[in-house]
Amino acid sequence: MKVTLRIWRQEGPIDKGELKEYLVDDLTEDMSFLEALDHLNEQLVLKNEKVIAYEYDCREGICGQCGLFINGRAHGPHDHMTTCQLHMRSFADGDTITVEPWRAKAFPIVKDLIVDRSAFDRIIGQGAYISAKTGTAPEANSILISKEVSDKAMDAAACIGCGACVATCKNASAALFTSAKINHLNSLPQGKPESHHRALDMTKQMEKEGFGHCTFTGACEVECPEGISITNIAEMNARLIRAKVMN
Amino acid sequence: MVLNAKIPEGKLEEKWRNYQISSQLINPANKKKLKVIVVGSGLAGAGAAATLGELGYEVQCFCYQDSARRAHSVAAQGGVNAAKNYQHDGDSVWRMYYDTIKGGDFRSREANVYRLAELSAPLIDHFTQQGVPFAREYGGVLVNRSFGGVQVERTFYARGQTGQQLLLAAYSQLSKMVRAGKVEMFTRHEMLDLVTVEGKARGIIARDLVNGELKRFAADAVVLATGGYSRVFRLSTLAIGCNGSAIWKAHKRGAFFAAPSFTQIHPTALPQSSEAQSKLTLMSESLRNDGRIWVPSNKDDKRSANDIPEAERDYYLERRYPSFGNLAPRDISSRAAKERIDAGHGVGRLKNAVYLDFSHAIQRLGLETIRDRYGNLFKMYKKITGIDAYKEPMQISPAAHFSMGGLWVDYELMTTIPGLYAIGECNFSDHGANRLGANSLLQASVDGYFILPNTINNYLSSLLKEEPVSTDHHSFSQAEKEISEHIQKILSINGTQTADHFHRQLGRVMWQECAMSRNKSGLEKAIKDIEEIKTDFWKDVKVTGGSLELNTELEKALRLADFIELALLMCTDALNRDESCGAHFREEYQTKDGEAVRVDEDYSFVSAWEYANGDFKLHKEELQFEFIKPTVRSYK
Repeated sequence: MKVTLRIWRQEGPIDKGELKEYLVDDLTEDMSFLEALDHLNEQLVLKNEKVIAYEYDCREGICGQCGLFINGRAHGPHDHMTTCQLHMRSFADGDTITVEPWRAKAFPIVKDLIVDRSAFDRIIGQGAYISAKTGTAPEANSILISKEVSDKAMDAAACIGCGACVATCKNASAALFTSAKINHLNSLPQGKPESHHRALDMTKQMEKEGFGHCTFTGACEVECPEGISITNIAEMNARLIRAKVMN
Repeated sequence: MVLNAKIPEGKLEEKWRNYQISSQLINPANKKKLKVIVVGSGLAGAGAAATLGELGYEVQCFCYQDSARRAHSVAAQGGVNAAKNYQHDGDSVWRMYYDTIKGGDFRSREANVYRLAELSAPLIDHFTQQGVPFAREYGGVLVNRSFGGVQVERTFYARGQTGQQLLLAAYSQLSKMVRAGKVEMFTRHEMLDLVTVEGKARGIIARDLVNGELKRFAADAVVLATGGYSRVFRLSTLAIGCNGSAIWKAHKRGAFFAAPSFTQIHPTALPQSSEAQSKLTLMSESLRNDGRIWVPSNKDDKRSANDIPEAERDYYLERRYPSFGNLAPRDISSRAAKERIDAGHGVGRLKNAVYLDFSHAIQRLGLETIRDRYGNLFKMYKKITGIDAYKEPMQISPAAHFSMGGLWVDYELMTTIPGLYAIGECNFSDHGANRLGANSLLQASVDGYFILPNTINNYLSSLLKEEPVSTDHHSFSQAEKEISEHIQKILSINGTQTADHFHRQLGRVMWQECAMSRNKSGLEKAIKDIEEIKTDFWKDVKVTGGSLELNTELEKALRLADFIELALLMCTDALNRDESCGAHFREEYQTKDGEAVRVDEDYSFVSAWEYANGDFKLHKEELQFEFIKPTVRSYK
């Protein structure tokens, strides 16, 4: 299988970037998209060129480190999938495929296809935790939590932090990411004592980082590899109002 | 040097308490003056960094990924074990200890394993408090399931994403301490060397992966939590960035490496489909709760799975191990699969897989129940293979997975270098020659959260009287100079082959000779082959780009250079151990029906290797079994 890859190359954060074309041969349908890029990089090394920088780690859809904008869609042509789970069988022989980095002001480009998502870490740092020290825990079954509540918390907690929601959103909003974390912790009894501060501080940080506002288009939930629902955003907004009133 | 594991006095159940009573404490005002470096941000690293920060130490934590949340603990699927006995099925700390030490084929330390079991129940309390959404019954209590090698239900889980949920809890707690100013986080930094001063660990040299600069960091103690090294096989279940460089550099600076060849081959991963493949995705062991493993009874059966009648299927695990059946431990299940594949019964395009079949479970329990239990795994299987496993059996194959081996540590988790600790998968302590499923998340967490924060004080208290070492010390400049020359040397070779080319070669040799089944002549040949790969690598590798920039090709080559050396030690260790135990199966030592034969008279020890100018010197830590008697490990 042979494809043409149009790939965004950019030396550093302030350099000018451009799309460069590469003809890539000897691919098979079984290969993952990232393996096709690996293959291209090996060819580039042998041609004495610098390799294309892109990110990945676990290659099984859970670490959240990979993330490419492929043919205009976050993580490629399928819904609810990470880039590392995309295989060449999703493309036809002879296709031209355009590969770009996540595009958002809050995710500056580091190099080529790599962006800086540390804004997410800073949002988490503003209260996405339970302030209990190691060694202070009560017996686990002394806190009863119904299966419905626990399952719902798990649905939200499944977020892998890849940033596809931001990349696909026309406003580059991080509302799905932030709301998933707030709802995970605030819906559990353990998260109750700090729930208002958590909602206020995390959303404040989200705005400070330069993410846009949510206009509820629903684009994010289509791309989310974990299928996290936008109802989380509505729930976050309700929690935020309550937090503002209570504060 | 005589290895002293520093096992505390007393009965097994009193040892940890006795240790804590006698260890040195540090008052809160003094903890502030002490600095600890933690390398790695997985469950062990993040747990340790957060807890040490809470205790008052100044902590610096490093990871090579873009965020602490990516560490490979995230990928563990099935669960975490704890002796809670919530299921009222006869579980206890003692039984968990016994299962673990037997699972490891009596090649681990009694005192360490008992402590692991003892601290398992409080760990579940801890993670529940931190907001981990463990699976629950309708009445609100926690649920359990079974894993391989045990007959009770003691595994706690959060869907098929238990590792992710525990890691995110640890990452949250770490983020809390970053916000509190007690932990400084360095992402996209890779440790390239350990710095020792007067024999003590005093800091590290790390490379900033964004701009390529080498940086010096000094501290009073260094904790390595860098995970496993099964990427030495290239194809493995590990993340692509997982590497053995930090522990290898520590080894070359004097830390003994224990049982390097003990590598777990996981029985249920997706098979390799091509040379270009970079990764073997794991399918959780929990699938073996309901899935049945089989191959066609006839060699080279061309029919598709659903067309093969019951009478012509060989459920080989149920046949060979009737009491544990499909839940036989990993080493045994992998070896049994290899035996069938080698005998010509393999399935799939490359005949390198076996079937994992859910049709009986679906008939018995209904599609909905199976979907509820394993839905996300079936979805993942379909994404990768394009096959619907509700309709036809999965094809699975053994893959390199967990490193039981690692840096030798004593009861305090300190290596043979004073002030250097190794926690989580990168040490050798609790799993012996084979790890039981769902004990990995447990060990990483217990090491990081509960053990290290209670042992490091015993060492650090003695440092309060000493002057702190600065990064201007000549040991730092020397280490930085060496690593800088190492990098320039790789860049200057400008040969004709990529780093991946050599990694594929290394992986082939290791998979062939040092994986599920080993023998003397094969290992001797492997050592020769690896020496050749090493020579070729240093003559002919080509890395483009420079050192002072983000250069993923250089990162690969640096990691591979260390893997090649580590592979030599793994083969040396496997060659030295003239017995079969757990995952270490030497073909010369087996029964008529292919079961492992242990040689306790000669090999009841932990091999601990010292680096001696490119050669390896063996030291032995004899294993004393005071509380149980090693038996023939049978799952029949």
